[in-house]
Amino acid sequence: MDRDAFLAELKTICGDRGVLHQAADLLVYEYDGSVDGAVDTERPLAAVLPTSTEQVSAVVRLAYRYGAPVVARGAGTGLSGGAVARGGGVIIALTRMDRTLRVDPVNRTALVEPGVINLELSQSVGPQGMFFAPDPSSQKACTIGGNVAENSGGPHCLKYGVTTNHILGLEVVLPDGTVTWIDAHGPGVGGLDLVAILVGSEGMLGIVTKILVRLMPSPESVHVHLAAFGTMDDAAVCVTNVIGAGILPASLEMMDQLTIKAVEPAYHAGYPMDAAAVLLVEVDGTGAEVDEMSAQIERIAGESGATSFRSAQSAAEQELLWKGRKMALAAMGRLAPNYYLHDTVVPRTRLTETLRAVNDISQEFRLDIANVFHAGDGNLHPLMLFDRRKSGDVERILEASHELIKTCVSMGGTLSGEHGIGSEKQGYMELIYTGEDLAAMAGIKLAFDPRERMNPEKVLPKGYMCGEVRALHNQAMAQKHGIHPM
Amino acid sequence: MAIQTSPFDQLVKEASRNMRGFSGKDTPDDTLLQDCVHCGMCLPTCPTYRLTGNEASSPRGRLWMMKAVADGRMDLLDPAFDEQMYQCLNCRACEAVCPSGVQYGPLVEASRAQLEQHRPRPRWQRVARSVGMRLPFDDIRRMRALTGGLRLYQRSGLSAVLQRTGVLKRLGLETLEAMVPPVRERPLVSGRESWQPEDATATAHLFNGCVMSTVFSGVNRAAGRVLAHNGYATDVPATQQCCGALYVHAGMMDEARRLARINIDAFERDGNGAIVVTAAGCGAALKEYDHLLADDADYRDRASSFAERVVDLTELVGTDRLVQPTVSASQQVTYQEPCHLAHAQRITQQPRTMLGSVPGLELTEMRESSLCCGSAGIYNIIRREMADDLGDRKAQHIKDTGAGVVVTANPGCAMQLRTSLNRNNINAEVRHIAEILDDAYGGERAARDGTWAFQRATPPT
Repeated sequence: MDRDAFLAELKTICGDRGVLHQAADLLVYEYDGSVDGAVDTERPLAAVLPTSTEQVSAVVRLAYRYGAPVVARGAGTGLSGGAVARGGGVIIALTRMDRTLRVDPVNRTALVEPGVINLELSQSVGPQGMFFAPDPSSQKACTIGGNVAENSGGPHCLKYGVTTNHILGLEVVLPDGTVTWIDAHGPGVGGLDLVAILVGSEGMLGIVTKILVRLMPSPESVHVHLAAFGTMDDAAVCVTNVIGAGILPASLEMMDQLTIKAVEPAYHAGYPMDAAAVLLVEVDGTGAEVDEMSAQIERIAGESGATSFRSAQSAAEQELLWKGRKMALAAMGRLAPNYYLHDTVVPRTRLTETLRAVNDISQEFRLDIANVFHAGDGNLHPLMLFDRRKSGDVERILEASHELIKTCVSMGGTLSGEHGIGSEKQGYMELIYTGEDLAAMAGIKLAFDPRERMNPEKVLPKGYMCGEVRALHNQAMAQKHGIHPM
Repeated sequence: MAIQTSPFDQLVKEASRNMRGFSGKDTPDDTLLQDCVHCGMCLPTCPTYRLTGNEASSPRGRLWMMKAVADGRMDLLDPAFDEQMYQCLNCRACEAVCPSGVQYGPLVEASRAQLEQHRPRPRWQRVARSVGMRLPFDDIRRMRALTGGLRLYQRSGLSAVLQRTGVLKRLGLETLEAMVPPVRERPLVSGRESWQPEDATATAHLFNGCVMSTVFSGVNRAAGRVLAHNGYATDVPATQQCCGALYVHAGMMDEARRLARINIDAFERDGNGAIVVTAAGCGAALKEYDHLLADDADYRDRASSFAERVVDLTELVGTDRLVQPTVSASQQVTYQEPCHLAHAQRITQQPRTMLGSVPGLELTEMRESSLCCGSAGIYNIIRREMADDLGDRKAQHIKDTGAGVVVTANPGCAMQLRTSLNRNNINAEVRHIAEILDDAYGGERAARDGTWAFQRATPPT
């Protein structure tokens, strides 16, 4: 490829200031938010900072002509290497496309560009009594475009669902540069739901340049409760009992003793230091509804063996209780310089069992593992604490995480609730998917991106990339029908 | 442009080149550098990242570059490194939100110190720096002389003539001229004034500062009266000098250390009371004297004791013990948070407590009140484009509140806000929080009539 000619053409599209190509400028596009050691860094061929759909489309078309891979990037807070370009690709950073184009308070929607920051969208529509429900812990920094790519969740996805439940339409630049608009399916619409395929596709199928999001009405009333337990088991049982009773809290979060020990001295949120686990429960809705749910939850917590139950009395107190949870990862610095976490999901009914297994792994690998997670939907976040400057620590962490993932999968769980697969977990895909499943996914990838130029070498494990797909598909079909191919 | 066939070739080429890393004095602390896990939470708080959307212009990007220089993957004198270390406003908004507690300020300052040491400079630049930085800041008497000249210039009408005739524009001094407010009061000379309430319950020592004691001497006097109203017998220790913050920000560490030692000496002479600062930028620097003098065996411990005594005016009086002001001020104000107050010193509530105590005063919060206004020491003079963009953004937010007064607590911000508001034709007054409180206590007149006395001491011989 003639790099100089390619760069010159990129500059005619994005302008001199919109194209980065010097080694020093590209140095800072070799990483994302992933943990060192879990995801390799790699310097891209170039990075562009487009300001419009037209520019994105032109860049993609150009890259298609030159055969260069393209990788979309938002704030680069992802934890699975999704925004790191493999194979000398061009990074399309969408940070300059950060306008909110339209807010429709009647239909409760907003049309935004991908670079809009998650929390800032909620803040800007807040005065109109609305909010954007997906609230990943990185919401202060991460972009809506990134949320779409990763199908992000957050504490409130227990009640409100993940990103895919809040996307009503997408403007997409396809791998050949074509711009198209895709509507999400409402009731009674036939055909394949393409928005559902695109959300969470980690940039493998196209680049989203406009997003029509659903906004939720701000709840009339919100209560936040803190229940403390003498054992993790009791807390896990309480989670199952609350959901089992047909109550749907806005969020239901669990923190173990190690987490409390890091959080409480840091923020003085009022978590009992002697508790083995605490549950942070938020309920929202109309006043009467919330009062009733709160009473029920307090009763169930008591029956499940809660040692104490406290309700926040003011908005400030609610915020403080939440601060302990949302900033829990940050407080881990008090226990160890580094942490590595996975976000496997297990069936809620097997939470107790899984947490015991996590504890076993912690002992086997001589690692402190703190548990702070979305208990309501069984989405674990075991935080393995370590010091990467100690030799061997990173390797030990990677081995332990392998065990963790295998354990969770054996409980009937999945690899990732919200962080994505990227390059971090592509090697684990075969744990939960059969060759047929993966061949089917590769087939979809192939239909969108036959030359495999969109965020290559991600998600699908090696061996399931396009070239191999047809052979594998044939092999899988042959196995299914009991035919032994040559 | 060199012909590069693939990123791999490029890497090989780089590796074969001799990379200059950090060396000599004031190297960025490697342990502090390792604290950054590149999570990206700092990005939206960074003013230069907000304007450019470029990762290199973000705290995370800059820290990554520092690591690359330390690891021999980037040359210390790479123009991109130089550019980013100085494009940074050092507003430290990133520090306040960092989950890993990265101490960004000391790291960027050390990186600048490295560039100062190792970067060859043309002769004219060295002369210009010497004149521009050392002349006014090395000795406060020179700053007073300069301000005296400025006052004369403003009063004589020469200023108006030069503006009208466009001479300033031709000389490139228009920005500087527009920034400086009318100098109304004579300089506050350290050691010559004090405020002694009859019922004093504590003592305080005012840190006078270079710009504060001259261009903004009225603010320091207002602060003295506010302190006295709150029961502090307040003096202004003689022989103190400029805090040296601008030197630290420019990586001129030895020049800063010289001033730090002088100030430590000056304040040791006058007991153990709080050292009260009216400029957020100075306060942040003074609180870090222990870091600045960490390698100085004679001053290390004394610097720590000094740093522990330093408080911002708002930090000392903006508590629930604040003496309630009684003079009503029916005005709508908005508050611009100085970066070095909100981020470097994490003081956000106390100024609002003070404003909230003034009868009749209505505080309307502006959007992005803690985003840097673009002042950043002398940034708005040396990097005008970025500073103007930030200033315009700030001016718009101020306009949106409809407030007639913008309150702040740092001279750099005050000057930048003034210029930005003028440029955008927005009619709002810029005032220091000490002036607002002083007015609400009745100002100079009440001070004279009150139970405590303003004293003009005889200068020490």
